[in-house]
Order: sequence, then C-alpha cells, then structure tokens
Amino acid sequence: MSNQPLVEVENLNVDFPLGRSLLGKPPMLRAVNDVSLKIMPQTFFGLVGESGSGKTTLGRAMLRAAPITSGTISFNHGNTKYDVGAMSKMELKEYRKQAQLIFQDPYAALNPRMTVRDIIAEPLEVMELVQTREEADQKVREIASKCRLNLEHLRRFPHAFSGGQRQRISIARTLVCSPNFVVADESVAALDVSIQADILNLLKSLQNNLGLTFLFISHDLSVVAHICDTVAVMYLGTIVESAPTRSLFTQPKHPYTKALLSAIPTLNPEDRGKAQKLEGEIPSPVNPPSGCRFHTRCPVAEDRCRKEVPQWRESSPGHSVACHLVG
Amino acid sequence: MSLLSVENLEVLFNTDDGVITAVDKIGFELEEGEVLGLVGESGSGKSVTAKSLMQLNPLNTFYGKNSSIRLKLGVGELDVLRLKSSKELVVVRGGAISMIFQEPMASFAPAITIGSQMVEQLMIHTSLSRSAAQELSIEMLQRVGISEADKRFHQYAFELSGGMRQRAMIAMALSTKPKILIADEPTTALDVTIQAQVLDLMKDLIQEFGMAILFITHDLGVIAQVADRVAVMYLGRIVESGPVKQVLHSPAHPYTRSLLNSLPKLDALDEPLTPIPGDIPSPLERPPGCVFHTRCPEAIAGKCSSEIPISVNVEPGHQSACFLNESPVEKTA
Repeated sequence: MSNQPLVEVENLNVDFPLGRSLLGKPPMLRAVNDVSLKIMPQTFFGLVGESGSGKTTLGRAMLRAAPITSGTISFNHGNTKYDVGAMSKMELKEYRKQAQLIFQDPYAALNPRMTVRDIIAEPLEVMELVQTREEADQKVREIASKCRLNLEHLRRFPHAFSGGQRQRISIARTLVCSPNFVVADESVAALDVSIQADILNLLKSLQNNLGLTFLFISHDLSVVAHICDTVAVMYLGTIVESAPTRSLFTQPKHPYTKALLSAIPTLNPEDRGKAQKLEGEIPSPVNPPSGCRFHTRCPVAEDRCRKEVPQWRESSPGHSVACHLVG
Repeated sequence: MSLLSVENLEVLFNTDDGVITAVDKIGFELEEGEVLGLVGESGSGKSVTAKSLMQLNPLNTFYGKNSSIRLKLGVGELDVLRLKSSKELVVVRGGAISMIFQEPMASFAPAITIGSQMVEQLMIHTSLSRSAAQELSIEMLQRVGISEADKRFHQYAFELSGGMRQRAMIAMALSTKPKILIADEPTTALDVTIQAQVLDLMKDLIQEFGMAILFITHDLGVIAQVADRVAVMYLGRIVESGPVKQVLHSPAHPYTRSLLNSLPKLDALDEPLTPIPGDIPSPLERPPGCVFHTRCPEAIAGKCSSEIPISVNVEPGHQSACFLNESPVEKTA
C-alpha cells in the first residue's frame, strides 16, 4: 500500500443557492463547510452523521455530482491524477470510469424494463469500454459471479428479485467498469438485518479481491464500525472527528461522537437509561450556529464555543478532532 | 383475563396470484401497563398483526374462522373480529386502541393544522367541548416536549421537524387515553439522537398513563431498551416469545439466534458478521413444515420440512417453536 492518499479533500465548501433572486445573488446554504480528509488506497473510509449533516453532498462532490464552491479534491491513482474540481469534459469522462457510486435503494436504482444482463452491461456500453456484444457478455458474467449472482438470472427482470439480490445487481453494475474508487451511499440501509450482513461481507471481499477503495456513507454507526478502517463523523456540514475505527469507537473525543455512540440502543436490556441524551435537534444549515456548530446541543459547551470556531487538529496520531475542550 | 388476548389469529389476503397467508395462527396476550415488542424482518407479518387489532387491513383481507381478538373493556369484553361496521369499530379505533405510525408526515393530513386534527378526534371519541378539546390538545403537546405548544397547535405537519412530528403524533394518539397504544416502527425514520429522545418520552408516558404498548420494530436494540416481553415473528408465525432479557440473553429458536448473530455489535468489533443464508421466501411460496427450515443452520432433514413445530416452554414464560427445543438431546447428537 502506498502512502499517498487516493483521494484528498482540502478545505472543501459546497454551497447551494436558496431559490432565485432577480437582483444580486440569492442567499446560499452551505452544505459542506471547510472539510479536509484523506482516503488511503484500498481502505474503507466511513462517513457517519445524522440526516442533514452533509455526508451525501460530500460524497457526491467527490464524484463531481455536486457543485464545488471552493477547495480542492484530488484523485491520484498510479500515473493518473485529477483535480476533480477543475476537470475538462474529456477528463471527467475518464474520471467516471475510475470513480463510481452505489445507491441506497435497490428498488429504485434498477430499471424495471431492462434485464439484469442489460442493466449490468449498460455502463460498459455508455463508456464505450467494449467493442462487441460478446465482450460485454464476458465482462458481465465475470462481475456477476464475483458478486455471487446466479448466471441463470441474467436474463430475468429486476422485479423477480429480493432486496438483497437487487443490491448485488446494483453492486455488479457499479463495478463492471473496474473503478478504483466507489462511493457507497447508505448501501445497506434499505435491507433487512439478515441480508445486510451478507452485503457487508460481499463488499468487504470485493474490496480485498479487486483492491477497491470505498467511501462508505451511513447513518448506522454499528455497520460503519464493522466494515470501515477509518471513520469521520460529520455534523452540520463539518467533520468534527476522524480516527481509525477502533480508536474512534473505544476512545471517542468529541462530545457529539460520544453522544451519538451512547444513543445507539444496545442489545443488553440492563443498559436501559444509561444513554447520554442530547437535547434538541440538528439546527438548520441555512442559519448555522456561530462558533462551534455543535454548541447549541453540546452538554459541555463553554463561552468560547459560542464565539470561536474550533481548530481541526490531530490530538493523537491519526485521531483528529475539532473541539476546544479536547486537550 | 388479560387486557388483550389474541388467539389463533390467521390473516389471509385475496390477491390476483392466489391467497396469501400473512399471519398464520398466532396467539399472544397483552397485560395492562405492559410493553410487548413484536420484532421481525419485512414480510414477517408484524404490521398486519397490529392492524388486525383494529381491523385496519385492506378490503381483500379475511380472517381465519377460529381467530379471535378479545379486548377487555370495563367489566365486559368484546371480540374485535366480530365487529362489522365502522360505527361499531369506533369503540376500538382511536377509543380503546390508538396507533402511531412510522412516517408521521404520511399520517397527518397535510392541509389541515395539527390542532384541528387533534381536536377532531377528541370530539369523536370524548364528550369534550371544542374549547376543552383544544385545551387538552395543547396540554398534551406540552407534555410530549413540544415547545411553544399553542403556536404549534395552529401549524401544519410540514412546518415541524421529523422528531417534532412524531411527538405530535404521540400526543394525538394519547389524548383520548387509549388502553392500548400500537407503535408501528415509531422511531425508524428518526436519527439516533432523536430516536433516543422519543424512546425516553414513550417510557415516561407509559409510567404516567399506564397503558399497554404493542411496539413493532425490526430493531432488536430498540426492543432491548423498551420492551418487557418480546415476540419474534418470521413469515407470519411467532417463533419465539418471552421476557426480553431471557430471549435476548438465551435465545432458544435458531431464527432468533441467527438474527442476533447477523447484527453488527459495537462491543464486538472483531467478530465476523454471520448473515442468515438465502433470502426471505416469498409469501406466495411459504415453505411447508417449519417456515424457517429453508434458511435454518440446524434444520433436521426430513422433519423440519414436513412437520410444523409447536410452541413449547423452554423456561417459564419463554416459548419457542422448534423441534430442537422439544428434545435438547438431539442437538448434541
């Protein structure tokens, strides 16, 4: 494994206009605020946070599916280097072969009028990666068996499949163009628990066998804990803490991470009432709180937190946090 | 007799593809002030069971001949399934039993204020005057932790956040003082920190109002945190039931065990996830014998695929429907 990150994000901001105005600029909503992170090759990078924290927007920005207002995203694979924010159309076309997305809802992501074979082959045809139908068939069969799909099923339509099988079809389509970087956005959230474990194991083995790098976006911390090597926690557009999985889950430093971890209902009925409760709800990103964005709900907030934005710094090797109160 | 006793409940749907068995002869009881968790994956029949308690299933539904849902009301009792018209059902729907749903945005009418919806149902089920109903509604909104309740009363559902909407839903469901509250995945659409708040609120309200709750969820963690007893459903049958501690600490049915093994746990990060092999069978192709035998790691060849296991006591109050529980000797053999 090289020491150079595959994807490096520096001071990224993503703004969306709120409506239109005739005169001057419309007010802007900052969905991603000054985010920096590094994703090492062949790892699972987890991004967790509640709804509205900007995790999906950040993932989409890395694929250039969301507008980049300022900051840089660079992608380095072998000899190919891309500045994702400033690519030409031709470069973008090439980049799409390298970076792909797996969707959340396998029921909505597959065209009901196409056979499984055509669904999986479509990216190959669109990206002109194959010349003949035989070549496409060959690639489809290869990736389908890697995703543990029954090759007999390739002629059927998606409605014949259960949620777990559909998600495997969706994964096969994502991987058929041999990308290096895959954004998996809530890819197991719509599945039942008994199926979820199967898909997680599949993603992990595909990553090992194909040398993939994943950005794994999820609201479910226990899923992220199991599959990811590094985890970043987002709150209202900013990353508040990032660390190797074990270190984040055993020694969380940011008060938000701590609260998030303790809010997960455990399987032990004796743990009742032990959870540390967060008051209130996530504020609107249209009008974010001053200083530390978490101070309105933070149980240990001080005066300083209301005024100064906390610095993003490494508090121990590999473990970074943005909080005034963490030494 | 218990507050609610369900016996032999069989729910069938008439569809173009044939008759589907959604709930297959299940029985359970609910005592006053008790929280019973009903847990299962999609298609297990947990929501259908809950809706049957108020006959809320669609029109193509019919119930088995021997099914009964007996509800204690005052000194007497009634069988919900014998009620015919919606006029008769008013006693049950919203009267004795209230329900809160998973998606509060879909359960509130979007073009009517939260307040008028709350007042409307109070006027149907109680003899309160309009102004008294309004007063009670605002009081209930305050009780569930909604700030500026008198302002929220005049707002529409879209003006509230997800957590707030679910609180308003709970306030509305409890304002008629039902004996039983059915909560169908009430926190599934919420973020974990909001889920923790709503679960806490529900626990407080149980203490205060003393009603029984049928809590439906797919999340065993939520069950562990709120339920007294739990019933595990798979493909229309209750495969295991008992006090929540016993079921989660010493699960007797292979399905419950497999379900627990497939859950990612935060306190055991290195343990591999063990998925349950295969997929949940389609309700049109329900396996004969034990419904779980097609995916069961411990299935006994020849037996589980042909005979239906009956529920046996593995501990007092803890039942499991599995042949392995009848003769524990075979397990080691």
